[in-house]
Parts: sequence; structure tokens; C-alpha cells
Amino acid sequence: MRIVCNGEEREVDRDIRVAELIRTLELDPALVVVECDGDIVIRDEFESHTLKEGSVVELFRFVGGG
Amino acid sequence: MFSLPPFSELKELVASRTAGDVLHALKSPHPDLSDLAALLSPAADGFLEQTAARSSEITMYRFGKTIQIYAPVYLSNFCTNQCLYCGFSAGNRIDRRKLSLEEAESEAMILHNRGFNHILLVSGDAPKAMGVDYFEALALRLRERFASVSIEVQPLETDEYARLFAAGITGVAVYQETYEQKTYKEIHLSGKKRDYEYRIDIPARAAEAGMREVGIGVLLGLSDWRADALALGFHLAWLRKRFWKTAFTVSFPRLRPAEGDFTSSMDVSERNLAQMLFAMRIFDQDVGLILSTREESRFRDGMIGLGPTRYSAGSCTAPGGYGNPDLTGEQFSIGDHRLMAEVCSDIKNRGFDPVCKDWDMTFQLH
Amino acid sequence: MLSIAGRKFASRLFAGTGKFSSSAVMIKAIEASGAEMVTVALRRVDLNDPSDDIMSVLDREKYFFLPNTSGARDADEAVRLARLARAVGGGDWLKLEVTPDPRTLLPDPVETLKAAEVLVKEGFTVLPYINADPVLALRLQDAGAAAVMPLGSPIGTNQGLLTIHQLEIIIEQARVPVVVDAGLGAPSHAALAMEIGADAVLVNTAIAVAQDPVKMAAAFAKGVLAGREAFEAGLGSHRTEASASSPETGLDFLR
Repeated sequence: MRIVCNGEEREVDRDIRVAELIRTLELDPALVVVECDGDIVIRDEFESHTLKEGSVVELFRFVGGG
Repeated sequence: MFSLPPFSELKELVASRTAGDVLHALKSPHPDLSDLAALLSPAADGFLEQTAARSSEITMYRFGKTIQIYAPVYLSNFCTNQCLYCGFSAGNRIDRRKLSLEEAESEAMILHNRGFNHILLVSGDAPKAMGVDYFEALALRLRERFASVSIEVQPLETDEYARLFAAGITGVAVYQETYEQKTYKEIHLSGKKRDYEYRIDIPARAAEAGMREVGIGVLLGLSDWRADALALGFHLAWLRKRFWKTAFTVSFPRLRPAEGDFTSSMDVSERNLAQMLFAMRIFDQDVGLILSTREESRFRDGMIGLGPTRYSAGSCTAPGGYGNPDLTGEQFSIGDHRLMAEVCSDIKNRGFDPVCKDWDMTFQLH
Repeated sequence: MLSIAGRKFASRLFAGTGKFSSSAVMIKAIEASGAEMVTVALRRVDLNDPSDDIMSVLDREKYFFLPNTSGARDADEAVRLARLARAVGGGDWLKLEVTPDPRTLLPDPVETLKAAEVLVKEGFTVLPYINADPVLALRLQDAGAAAVMPLGSPIGTNQGLLTIHQLEIIIEQARVPVVVDAGLGAPSHAALAMEIGADAVLVNTAIAVAQDPVKMAAAFAKGVLAGREAFEAGLGSHRTEASASSPETGLDFLR
């Protein structure tokens, strides 16, 4: 199925879980925050939260700033 | 809750200030409490001219060449407190009287007709004789006729102050008299006023309720005036930090002869009073400084432009005394007996504008 | 010691972590600044270069992270960023900044106040970045802000304390700590902010873009310390004569 991740369309496995997506992207789950269709997915729900066809996913993390 | 350093420490702080500290305070762009202590100290007495000049400079800058004029309306001299220095003290055998709403209104209208636009309603502390319902009803009668109506009555609760504010009362004066707890207990023998801690939180309560102006003060002659004035500075600074939308005034009434013949062991001279007024002005550039008819005309005229910003005029301290000048039962005897018109013309003669109407409560929407 | 919302900070220099040439330089510079509080920003992960993450390079045991809401143009965006920052593990502390004008990056007072009111209710410890507006500072204090962060001059301009007279009023009036933020281009600017009684300063650009950021960070640390000590020592006035030479006021009336 297709989702939109950080503005880019991406082909992923059907019913992929947030945790799997993060692993696929080679990110450290402890360092990112995920917003799915406008709602924050808390870290405890990474394993259980599944994505749907057309889900809009945003991944954020801290960078340098003033 | 406002709490003060021990009074002994305040005395110590004032006593230990040197001439160098005074000069530092005079030059400081943002004088702090230690500068205030210096300006109140014995060391500052030798710099009274410079202190007056600095105070005058700030007063001109912040207030211009104006003096606000107001008069008190005494409503009742019933009182449940026994305070040694006060003519209304519960034990005193004086002619007790409380004005009906009609009488109070007619007293106020006498002042209105003399040109007053700012009045201060005063009563003893006897909630059964005169409570918040009365003040509210009177405020509603007066609000359209005066630019501002303030009260100096018994301490009230925050919601009561809020009620009175909604009814048109815009200012509250409540003086601690002295910040020295020991003396406070010695002179307030009985009644609610005996509770020092309770009273000290009243100004904050009035400000919390939304009053535009809150007045604090000490009665000079009860304790060490230098430390008391410093304590007042602490209180003022504390209030300012918490209630930035409220304007504050400070008053330094000197003990006047009154029924009961309390004699003070702490004499406060005019020179001392002048030093206090100058010090407070330098410490807080925007505070309103009140000089009432307790002081003689010579002193009041001399102080114009040097620090004080508000004068009472033509005052009578007996309930009903404007309509009937023969009435007795006054709180204290005054020192300046001039009529309001004379006070104003003397102010004008010194190149100042006596302002009888400062702002207008018509503008107030909430 | 500096205390904000009950938390103590030994250093009164807060360091920004942006604009450095590399993480390695940033780490050394932060180390040299002695700062305990460091600001960080929240951004979308760059999926083409997922490696560079500030949380993996800065030791969170050693530094207290203050996430900012940079990029927010109104209150709603700031609130969203704040919630995301909390979810990523940034804690409840927040440097609230709302900057709708991309040219000057000056903060929007109306949206900042709105966002502060919401975020305080949600349990955030809010440190709003504001123009040096004393009434706004008090309104934010009333709204529950833990500190206020007025600017010395527009961010990144290195112009120093152009707002000094307003800052003095804020410092005099505020009950919450005042952290001067933005525009501090030299250690002398930071020192001056501390001399007039600021509780702390936040520096980023001036350190990050210096030829030697590590040395500049150390210089700022000294400036802050010197300014603070001078403030505590009680500075003399630079008023010209305290009216001592003005004409006699005439106190002869006193008895």
C-alpha cells in the first residue's frame, strides 16, 4: 500500500506498524516522534499502531536550534 | 502573603547606612530597598537639600506641576476597635453618629458644590453599624457625580472589594499604622484590628479585587519612623511586583491631638517627615504621596513640588461636619484650617495647578 | 543560584545549538560555554540523511534540553510543536517562539500570549521569547510563564542591547526570571545584560559563527560571570551629577 511519509509517497507493506516503518527507515525509535494523520502516536504505541492506505505520517526529531 | 524582615533588622539596616550610601542612593538610577534605607537614615539628614532636589526633579518629571485635591467624607465614628491613638476608639466617650445614606449623600454634595471631584469615604470599624451593603448603596448614589470615590473603612473581603469596585469605588486606603508587631499589640488593645497579620494582607486583597488604586501608610509617632518608612517601602515593592495594574499611594500621617489624649514618645519633626517623603519619592518614582490637612498650611505650601502629589483640603473629620460645622466627634483635630479655595489659590500662587478632577470613572467599563 | 520553575542552574549562560559548522564543533563549544541549559529545535527527519540527530550527540545527563517552537507562525502551530516536542521526550519545558515574519523573525506578541495560555494549562513550563515589551512580559507572567525571554535586538543581528531601556523596565517589574535572548553579538553585550540585572542570557549565533566557536563560548561564559558579579557587587551610577549642583530648593519653611 502507499502512504505519505514526510511529504513523500512511499510503498510499504499492508498494515505496517509504526515501529516497523521506523526500523525500515533506520531511525532510532527513542529519538523520534511520530504524527499520524494529525495525531501524535506516543512511543508506547509504536508497536501496536498500524498504518492504513493513504496514511499521512510525519516523523520529527530534535536538531540544533537557538 | 507579605512578610517583612524582623523590625529589628530594619532598624539596624537604617542605622548602619553611611554618608557614602546616601550619595550612592541619590545617584542610583534604580534605587533599591537598601538605597531607601540610606535615604531614611540619620546619615541622610545632612543631605536634605540634595534629597529634596532629587525628589523634586523626579516629581516634576513624573507628575508635572500639579497637585491633586480631595476631601474626606466621614460617614460614621462607631468603632469596635480600641486603639490608643484614635479619637474613634471604642472606649472613648464621644458623640457617636452614623450618617444615613441621604445624609452621607448630602455631605458629599456639599463637597461637590465646593468643587471637589475626588472624595474619600471614611468610617470607623463597626460592620454592624456600617457594612458593605451601605458602602455599595452609597457608591451607586455617588458614582455619577464624582470623578472618583475611594474608601478608608474597615478591612473587607476580596469579593466585597470587588462588589464595591463594581459599584463605583475605585480606591482603597488601609494603613498598617506601624509595622513593629510589639508596638502594634500595645496600642491596639482589642477588636479585629488587633490582628496584625490579618491587616497586613488587606492592601493585596483590595488590589486583587481590581481596585485602580490602593493606599498604604504608617501613622507616625507610634514607633521608629525610619524603620516604619522602610517597612512601608518593602510592602510597596512587594505589592508592585504582584499587582502591576494597580496604582499605589503612600501616606505618612503624623499623630495629631485626639480624644483619649494618647501621647507619643516618638516625636517626628517636620524635617523628618520631609525626609521620608523625599526618600519614598526617590525610591518609587510613580507612587502617589499624600499630604493631608493634618499638617499645617506653612508646611504643606512649602512642600509643593518637592514630592507630595495629593493634598486634602477643607477637611472635617466629624461625621456630618460639612453640613453642620458645630458637630463634635471628630477623629482628630486638623492642622490646616484653610478652605478648599484658599488651598487651591495658594497652590496656584506657587505656579502649580490644583487638579480637582484627575480621571473619570465614566470611562470604566468593568 | 538561578532558579526557574524550581529548577536550579549553576550557569547563567544558556547556549543555542544551531548554526554550527559541525556537531563536533558544537559539542566542544557548548562544553566551553559551561552552559547547562541548551536549546534545541524540532524538525522533520530528513529521510535521505537520517544519521544527524542532536540527541545522539549531546549528553542528556549533562545538559538540560529546552526545546523551542521555532518555525511556528501562529499559536496553533506553536502548540502543535510543543506537543510533539513533549512526545519525543523533550520534557515539559519549552521555549515558546512564534515568528510569523520570516525576514526579521520578530516574535508575534498576540499569538505568543495565546499559545502560552494554552500550554500552561497543558502543564508545560513555558519560557516565551518576546520583544522587549514590559506589559507583554507581565501579561505572560500572569498567564503562568516560568520566565520571560525578551530580545536584545533582532535574532542573528549581533547588535547587542538595542532594547536596554525596555529590558530595564522588564527586569524591574517581573517576578519571574528574565533571560535576555537574541542579538547578543559579543561577550560585552552579555555582560551588560547581566549588569542591568538579567537573570540569564541565551547565546547562539555569536558563538556558532565565530572563527573559533570554542574560544568565543569561553569568552561569553566570562562575560556573563563578570556581568553577574558586577550586578551583585552593586554598580555605581553613570548619571551625570545627582542634582547636587542644582539651585537650593529652600527648605527654610521646615520647623
